[in-house]
Amino acid sequence: MNIDGVKNGIVLDHIKAGKSMMVYELLGLDKIDNCVAVIQNATSSKYGKKDIIKIDENIDLDYDVLGYIDSNITVNIVKEGKLERKLHLELPSLLKNVIKCKNPRCITSVEQEIVHTFKLVDKEKKVYRCVYCDAEHKLK
Amino acid sequence: MSEIRNLINITDLTVEEIDQLISVANDIVENHSAYENICAHKKLATLFFEPSTRTRLSFEAAMLELGGSVLGFSEATSSSAAKGESVSDTIRTVGCYADIIAMRHPKEGAPVVAAQRTTVPIINGGDGGHFHPTQTLTDLLTISRKKGRLSNMTIGLCGDLKFGRTVHSLIEAMLRYENISFVLISPHELQVPDYVKEKMDAAGAKWKEVETLEEAMPELDILYMTRVQRERFFNEEDYIRLKDSYILDLEKLRPAKADLTIMHPLPRVNEIAVEVDDDPRACYFFQALCGKHIRMALILFLLGIKKDA
Repeated sequence: MNIDGVKNGIVLDHIKAGKSMMVYELLGLDKIDNCVAVIQNATSSKYGKKDIIKIDENIDLDYDVLGYIDSNITVNIVKEGKLERKLHLELPSLLKNVIKCKNPRCITSVEQEIVHTFKLVDKEKKVYRCVYCDAEHKLK
Repeated sequence: MSEIRNLINITDLTVEEIDQLISVANDIVENHSAYENICAHKKLATLFFEPSTRTRLSFEAAMLELGGSVLGFSEATSSSAAKGESVSDTIRTVGCYADIIAMRHPKEGAPVVAAQRTTVPIINGGDGGHFHPTQTLTDLLTISRKKGRLSNMTIGLCGDLKFGRTVHSLIEAMLRYENISFVLISPHELQVPDYVKEKMDAAGAKWKEVETLEEAMPELDILYMTRVQRERFFNEEDYIRLKDSYILDLEKLRPAKADLTIMHPLPRVNEIAVEVDDDPRACYFFQALCGKHIRMALILFLLGIKKDA
């Protein structure tokens, strides 16, 4: 299958196969006017299969969300048909409204307007804690 | 303008700041008249979305003894929370009327939300089963007054160690002092959660779990009793089966040290027999008194008021 290359835009490569729609939704790509291509189950020499998202414009993206979903995703910024720079993602120190606290005793369970906020407490074990109730969230 | 300080968790305070609070609390007892009007024209709001006797009354007594005033409510049904008002909106409103707010709320993290919504200091008077830092300060002042130190001792914690927030907070606070050993006395079903054990291990503290009061008693310097709370159980049968397991009476106290300090955050149901109340080692009502003194010191600290200023 052929998908046109990006002239000016962003290519999110090495997305774990099957995760592209989650990335698409969390980045709010369904709300933008630009041309976006989601490629699923592309062949990858590294992982066997991978997903790719191509965005036909250099828009601002929430890289914290991307880092949380999968810090192995590579972000390629393309300008005039050439790779301008490659970004390496990290686990963000703070996650705002990316995940929801599942503790039924947490104040966020009853007050809807509160921003669900998690802070990274253990980078190695990929553990986040809710800043309100300290409930643990482990990244799978 | 200096940064607004809140007390949400005991670890919001450094060891030095806790020492300072203990020192002011002791000075309040020695030089009571110097503090009588120190908070004149200041107002404390006590917002208790959940019932309490000691915590709310000790906060109010503390502010009144400092010459300040108090306002607030003692249950959610007597506030706009009953009409569905959010914590955020309540705090924004009360922040316009009071200089400092002490609050208790059944939901964990409610004081964090409160602190984000106002510029007056917030004191957490208990948020569900999460934190209760002023109880911990009370416990530290009691231990300090009774033992003359906060290091080098063996502390027995007995009862509901799984859900007891006062126990978790006290362990966390005592881990910052030298040479503290813990003996955790509880039925298997109510043992300290793993994350608390991990904290004790990470701090290099000595600890062990035992199932009976008798086997722990001889080595203890402090015995901290807790209530097996009915509301923490999902199942009435479990509550009835376990609630009488750990009742302290004079017979069980027989092998204890002569200078043991018996503590309890109160209210008790029947986990300490009334006959123990007259034993000189029983300190739980003294502990309630310490609660008022340390809250006086805390109010002064958070309002940035000093005796000689």
